[in-house]
Amino acid sequence: MKLPISDPMTPEPYIVKQFIRETHDTFSLDLFPKNISDSIAFQPGQFTMLYAFGVGEVPISISGPAPMQSGLIQTIRKVGKVTEALDQLKNGDTVGLRGPFGSAWPISAMKKRDIVVMAGGIGLAPLRPALYALFDQRDNFGEIALLYGARSPKDLIFTNEFKTWQEKFGIQVKVTVDTADSDWRGNVGVVTTSIPRVDFDPKNTVAMICGPEIMMKYSVAELKQLGVKEDRIHITMERNMKCAIGFCGHCQFGPAFICKDGPIFQYNQVKHFFGIREI
Amino acid sequence: MIIDREGLDQLISVLIGMGFQVVGPTVRDEAIVYENLNSINDLPEGWADEQEGGTYRLKRRSDKALFGYVVGPHSWKKFLHPPERRLFRANLKGGDFEIIPEKLEEPKFAFLGVRSCELHAIAIQDKVFLGGEHVDSTYKIRRENAFFIAVQCGQSAATCFCTSMNTGPRTESGFDLALTEILDNEHHHFIVEVGSDQGNAVMEKILHRQATGEDVMEAKKLTEEVAAKMKRTLDTTNIKELLYENLEHPQWNDIADRCMSCANCTMVCPTCFCSTVEDVTDITGDHAERWQKWDSCFTMDFTHIHGGEVRASTKSRYRQWLTHKLASWQDQFDSSGCVGCGRCITWCPVAIDLTEEIPKIRDSENQITHPGNEARHEIP
Repeated sequence: MKLPISDPMTPEPYIVKQFIRETHDTFSLDLFPKNISDSIAFQPGQFTMLYAFGVGEVPISISGPAPMQSGLIQTIRKVGKVTEALDQLKNGDTVGLRGPFGSAWPISAMKKRDIVVMAGGIGLAPLRPALYALFDQRDNFGEIALLYGARSPKDLIFTNEFKTWQEKFGIQVKVTVDTADSDWRGNVGVVTTSIPRVDFDPKNTVAMICGPEIMMKYSVAELKQLGVKEDRIHITMERNMKCAIGFCGHCQFGPAFICKDGPIFQYNQVKHFFGIREI
Repeated sequence: MIIDREGLDQLISVLIGMGFQVVGPTVRDEAIVYENLNSINDLPEGWADEQEGGTYRLKRRSDKALFGYVVGPHSWKKFLHPPERRLFRANLKGGDFEIIPEKLEEPKFAFLGVRSCELHAIAIQDKVFLGGEHVDSTYKIRRENAFFIAVQCGQSAATCFCTSMNTGPRTESGFDLALTEILDNEHHHFIVEVGSDQGNAVMEKILHRQATGEDVMEAKKLTEEVAAKMKRTLDTTNIKELLYENLEHPQWNDIADRCMSCANCTMVCPTCFCSTVEDVTDITGDHAERWQKWDSCFTMDFTHIHGGEVRASTKSRYRQWLTHKLASWQDQFDSSGCVGCGRCITWCPVAIDLTEEIPKIRDSENQITHPGNEARHEIP
């Protein structure tokens, strides 16, 4: 079912059903449409444009439906004026929303393969609905490994779900942080250091990666080194966005419009431009 | 068909009578710009323009030609894709707010004096705003309502290179009517080509006479001469591959030393379509509006994301603009983003000329060793 979009540039009002504090600077909004009774259809990996009254609009990836929450979940890190305004929202408040927009993780093309999911920081947000889509048909996939890294333990999100993911859905979860104090019992190091610590068959593996470009660059390099095919590596790109429908020109990355051709790309589609400074 | 000056004046009044807002060339602030026309008296009679890199100057002609110049700083995109428009309003009601969608205006423009390169530019913007999954409704309604009166170029500016881009000087389609201005010691009239049923219907309301085969030949000869005399050229052979392969070419640094990142080239370009949005609130904070405005890839905040600007340097912004225009546009919209109108050359304050810069990259291309990454050599 598609969201009814009267004009693609005019937001629809959504109600904050639940404001969920995730970390010191990150929160999730569980949103319901104010005027529409239909359930919301989106593909894992897609994003919306969230409008804070009078302040502005930001592209935010959809991070679920997730258990115990039933609307459209969006997970947001406070990094600027609009996200700071969204951080002030309370249950029952209104936000504007346009979307969903953009490409999705190609879950149905991953059947029978091992899956490596690599996330950096809030990069886990658009991967969570992909994980739940995999769990929905767990038997159709081989090994599933989540390699998750963040700057420090306090920047990790969704950690209370990891145990269920491991025990109920039989996936491997490896968490690392760049730096930590002596209270941290887990691993320290960049996310790629977890790759040798999980089981998967590189020749039959699909990878989904979301994180800072530098993290994705090294992750792709390591996976390729092991023999994962370039066209089975999927990455997400981020750029400034104003319209999300290919009109404003801001999100161009080489020939791609991140908003409509992405944000998820097969690595081989964008590799010519990936990693070029200031492209 | 042939019309005289009186016929042209009548054409304007007939179109106004039909509810069209007739816009076309007129002189303002020492330049030829596109504004409302009420009669042929508003047209730039007896004016010519002199253009070169970084130079634009109006000069008196010795005759009374009405279209004796080329293209100025304006293009028709200011009517079809307005420089600013309100997207919606919103009113605060407690913790709640309501969004008030914008009512769609439906202006009816008649564009008089559209050049061949400009018709091609409009066709290119059609692909941007109408060709994808989403449609820009403002553009669509303005585009569908518009009546196009082309003018076949009787001269080119020194900055024109439409013959290289296959966009002129003669236009063959995309117009309702096309005029060729014939001016000699004895005559001053316009040979009219009809390009649509609506064009035909309008002509029936205007005093005209039939053109002879000779008249039509004369009109064709005029644009052929313009094409033959055009000086500037751009070799577009494999230009996409050339630019994709040379993203780190030292010439970008050389251009960046001159480029002022002023955004003039993007404002005058008839195909540049980028926009931004601005959110405003009134003094009470209870009423908000969101506006869409023309934007340029040369501005600093164009690529702002958390953590900074993606394209902070002038080098990267110029590279983005030219590579988009001539290369990635082909991947995105299946055509070049350049129509060879020369505006970006004329209106660049430091006279950066893409027809000079591209050969500098092309000529040295074989001598450049590419940086390490083997992936650079694979063109998507």
